[in-house]
Amino acid sequence: MHRYLFRRLLSLLGTLLGVTILIFLLVQLIPGDPVQYLLGDYPTEEAIAAMNAQLGLDQPWIMRYFSFLGKLLQGDLGTSYITGITVWQEIEDRFPITLQLALYSIILATVIGIVVGMIAAVKQNTWVDRLVVFFSLLGISAPGFWIALFLIWIFAYQLSIFPISGYDGFYSLVLPSITLALGGAGMIARMTRSSMLDVIKQEYMRTAQAKGAPRTSVILMHGLQNAIIPVMTLIGLEFGSLLAGAIVTETVFSLQGLGSLAIEAIGKRDLPTIQGIVFFAAVLFALTNLLVDLLYTLFDPRIKYE
Amino acid sequence: MNGNASQLEIADESRTSSPSRVAENQVAPPPVSYWLQVLKRLARNKTAMFGAVILLVFTIGCASAPLIAPYPIDEMNFKDRLMAPGSAHLLGTDDFGRDIFSRLLYGGRISLLTGLVTVTVASLIGVTLGVIAGYYRKVELYIMQVMDILLALPALLLAIAIIAVLGPGLTNAMIAIVIAVIPSYVRVVRAQVLSIREKEYIEAVRALGIRDRVILVKHILPNILSPIIVLMTLQFGTSILAAAALSFLGLGAQPPAPEWGAMVYVGKAFLGQAWWMSIFPGLAIMLVVLGFNLLGDGLRDALDPK
Repeated sequence: MHRYLFRRLLSLLGTLLGVTILIFLLVQLIPGDPVQYLLGDYPTEEAIAAMNAQLGLDQPWIMRYFSFLGKLLQGDLGTSYITGITVWQEIEDRFPITLQLALYSIILATVIGIVVGMIAAVKQNTWVDRLVVFFSLLGISAPGFWIALFLIWIFAYQLSIFPISGYDGFYSLVLPSITLALGGAGMIARMTRSSMLDVIKQEYMRTAQAKGAPRTSVILMHGLQNAIIPVMTLIGLEFGSLLAGAIVTETVFSLQGLGSLAIEAIGKRDLPTIQGIVFFAAVLFALTNLLVDLLYTLFDPRIKYE
Repeated sequence: MNGNASQLEIADESRTSSPSRVAENQVAPPPVSYWLQVLKRLARNKTAMFGAVILLVFTIGCASAPLIAPYPIDEMNFKDRLMAPGSAHLLGTDDFGRDIFSRLLYGGRISLLTGLVTVTVASLIGVTLGVIAGYYRKVELYIMQVMDILLALPALLLAIAIIAVLGPGLTNAMIAIVIAVIPSYVRVVRAQVLSIREKEYIEAVRALGIRDRVILVKHILPNILSPIIVLMTLQFGTSILAAAALSFLGLGAQPPAPEWGAMVYVGKAFLGQAWWMSIFPGLAIMLVVLGFNLLGDGLRDALDPK
C-alpha cells in the first residue's frame, strides 16, 4: 500500500511537472504585452524597461520557467500584475465559494443519481426505467448555461424565490448548485444503472435472495456495494472538475469563484493569475482522483494496492 | 508501387499455403453483412431512431434554411422588437426585431458544422496517435505522457487557456476543443489496439512479413472501428455543447452570428422581458445533443449485442 502510494505520488509529480511546462508555454504564447496594459497607452522607454526588469520579463524564457518552477516549489504562485495581490491570496479569496458550490452540487448529484439509477436498474425495462434513462440523458445533453438561465427565469423572475445572481449566503447558491447537479446526476444515474444491472445478474445476488434476505437489503448491501466502484470514479472526476471552478455557472450567476477568476484573468492578460489557477486546478484534480482510487479499498476489500 | 506488388505476392501465397489461410480468414475485416446486421439492430431500437429523427429534422431544416426561414437572418425591425412567440414570429423576435426561428435555422448550420469539423479532425489525430501508441512500444510512453498532462486539466479550463493564447473566435474555439478531446480518442484507441495486437491473427500477418503500416490500417483499424464510431457519435454532441459554452462565454462565435450559444448569451440580458430569446436557442442545443447521445447509445448496443 505504501509502495503503491509512493509510486502514484511520484507519477503524479511527473504529470504536474509536465503541467507546469504546458502552462508556462501557453502563457508565454498569450499575445498582448502585460507591461503595456500596466503602464497605459504612452509609457516612456525607461518605464517599460524598468517594468520589464521588475517583472523579470527581460530574462530569457528558460530562466523565467525555472524561476517560476523554483517559486512554485516554495509554494509561491507569484503576484498578479493587475491587482498586485499574490495569486495565493486571490485563490484563497475566491476558493470558498467554488468549494461550497462543488460540495453542494456533488452531494445533490450523487444522492439523486444513485437513488434514481438504482431504482431504474431494479425496475429494468419498465416505464420507470425508461423515464430515468431518458431524463438522465436529457440532463447530460442540456447545456449548463441554459439550465442556469431556465432556473433563473422560473425561480428568480417568475416566482421570485431565489436571487437572480450574486453571492448572499447559502440561499444564493441553491440555483447554481442545482444547475451543476443536474448534469452530474444524469451521468451518475446512468453509470449506477448499468453497473447495478451487471451486479444484479451475479450469482451472489441470487444466493443472498435465496437465503431469504429481504430484497431491499440484498439490493443495498450486496448490490450497491459491488456496483459502486465505477460510480465512484465518475463522482471523483466530476468533483475534481467542479473544484477547478464551475466556469460557466459561476459566470451566469455572477459568483466570485475560481472559475470566474480564470475568465477575468484571461480578459486582463493577468499571466501569473492564469498560471496559478490552472496549476491549482490541476493539483486538485489529480489529488481528487488519487483519493478516489484509495477509497476503492474501503468499498471493495478485494482491491489491494501493492 | 514495388511495395504493393510484393504485398500482392504475399497475399497470393497465403491463399496457397494452408497455415496462413486460417490467418487470412480471420484477418479479413468484418464483411458487409456485419454492418447490415448492425444497422438492422439499430433500426429496431426505438430510442436510437428517435435520436436519428431529431438529427435528421435539424439537419434538413438547417441545410434548407434559405428556403424555409420566414425572414432574412439579419432583417431588423425595431417596430417588432422583443415580440413574444406568435403567428407573425413563430418563436418571437430579439432585441433588434430579428426573427428567432430564422436565426435558429441559420445558427444550426454553425453548430452542426462545428461538431462535424471538430469530430473529424480530433478523431483523425486521436485515432492515429492512439494506434501508434498502442502498436509501437517505443513511442507509447511519450504519447501517453503528453495525454496525461492534457487530461490533468479539466477539459473546459484547458480549452479556455488555449483560447487565451489563440484569441476568441469560432475557429480558435474549434481548435481548442479538438486539443481538449484528443486524449479521449487516444485512450480508447490505444486500449483497443493493446488488446488485439497480441491476438493470433495479428501475429500471423506479422509473421507473413507484411509492413506495419498495412497491418495497422488493414487489419487492426477495421477491428477497432466499433468503439471509435460510438465515441465519435457521442463526441459530436459533446463538441457542440463545448462550442456553445465557449460562445456563451464570449470566447467562441461572436454576436451577431446566430450561433446558438451566442444567442443564449445575448438573450440573457433580456431574460426578464423576453425569455424566448435564450430559452429557444438553448432548447435547440439540447435537442441536437440529445439526438447524438441517443444515437450513440443505440450504436453502442447495436455494435455490441449481449
